This record gives sequence, C-alpha cells and structure tokens, in this order.
Amino acid sequence: MRSFQQRLSEFDSRGIRVVGISVDPPKINQRQSQNLGYTFPLLSDPKAEVIRRYDVLHPGAGPKGADIARPAEFLVDGSGVVRWVNLTDSIAVRARPGQVLNAFDEFKAAGR
Amino acid sequence: MNAGPKRSWNWSLWFGFLFVLVGFISYAFLFVHFPVTRDSPWANLLLFGAGAILLIVGLARAFGNPRAYRGKIFGPILGVVGALMVALFCYAFFYAARQVPASTGAPRVGQKAPEFTLYDKENKPVSLTDLLSGSKAVVLIFYRGFW
Repeated sequence: MRSFQQRLSEFDSRGIRVVGISVDPPKINQRQSQNLGYTFPLLSDPKAEVIRRYDVLHPGAGPKGADIARPAEFLVDGSGVVRWVNLTDSIAVRARPGQVLNAFDEFKAAGR
Repeated sequence: MNAGPKRSWNWSLWFGFLFVLVGFISYAFLFVHFPVTRDSPWANLLLFGAGAILLIVGLARAFGNPRAYRGKIFGPILGVVGALMVALFCYAFFYAARQVPASTGAPRVGQKAPEFTLYDKENKPVSLTDLLSGSKAVVLIFYRGFW
C-alpha cells in the first residue's frame, strides 16, 4: 500500500478513491496511518464480515490462528460494478498502482 | 607452542556466511518495502549466490590447504547454518507464501460489488455507497493487517 500512497495524486486526479480493508481495529489503523503516512482511509472489519462477503478470507492465517484477509484488490466503478480484480497467489506479490491505473484508463477509454 | 606457520583466518568463509545472513534477514526489513524486490526475491537470491560461492571457496581452502587456512571446524558449521537459512527462506517464499485460498467466490469483473459499511480510523461508519458518491471509481485493497 506504500506504493499506492506514493502515487495517490494520480488516483486523485482521475477521481479514484483508494481504501484499505483489514481486520485491524480502528486504533491500529490510526497508528499505522500515522506511522506510514497513509492519507487514504483504512477501514476496519474486525469480525471479517465484509472480508467473508468478498470471499477473500484467509482462515487461521492471523496471529493465534485468527481469520484475516488474503491480499486482494478490486477496482469498482462509479455505478458499483467491479471492473478489475487481482487475486494474488502469493502473499508476497501485490497489485501495483500502475496496474490499477491502467485498468481504469482502459475501461474509461472503452467508453463504459 | 604452535610450531607451524600462522594460519590465515579464511575470511571468505566469514564473508560468505555474512552474505547469506544478510540475504536471509534483509527481505523482511528492507526488500519487502519495494515492489521490485518484493514480488521476486532476486536481490536475496543474489546475496545467497554470492555467499554460497564464498563459502565454497572458503571450504575448499580449509580442507585443501589446512596448513595455510583455518576453518575445518567452523567452516562446515557456517556452511550448514547458511544452507539451512537458504532452505528456510525458499520454503517461506516459494511454498508457505503461496498457501493462499483460491477465493473462487470473490466478486468478478462485471458483477456488482457487495455493499458494506465499515469503520474508519476515527470510528466513523463508511459505506461503499459513500465512497462511490462523487468519485469515478474506488480501489478496495484487502490486506492482511498489522495486528
């Protein structure tokens, strides 16, 4: 997410909002935003309800066997339709901001 | 006391081990922060490779020319510990990190993204509808968390 923060102005200029979602409570999100200088919102899903709704749960992968989110990125357009999805097969490999910006530019160019 | 010639400390063993050690710990502390070195651990593998060459050179010296070089005892120890670190790294990166659920039920391109309301860091509710209002798109980044 560091790389998304670095290129946040490119998302802003296109009218794209960036949000992070995890099981971390708001208190941790507050601390992390401050420590890492994140200016986009980090949303808290402590019971992993939304994470389950999106089927991106990684059961037992957290501390003490807690359920957490697997890394995943979705680009949702203004009408709420998913336009691009990235479901990594390694927790070390995440989407890069350029991929998302390209996906956005492509569906905009297609006039949809 | 020792009547033989003074034996060299066999630095290539120690430097080889140091390279492997740095390769082992640098991923979590340094390379993970940059996508170029995070997605593929080439920098760590380079360090492992350089370390392995130095360790092999050092071991060859220790056993091939024990009168000039030290290391017949600590050489194999450093070599085994180094090999274990490389094995553990490869296990973690190439196997353990890939044990990710398939998420076959995740929303697909063209489907409506499920609505949600979650709390931001100030404990204020934020819904997907809120995020979409007045914006062209929203990127949802699900992440493992910092705990």
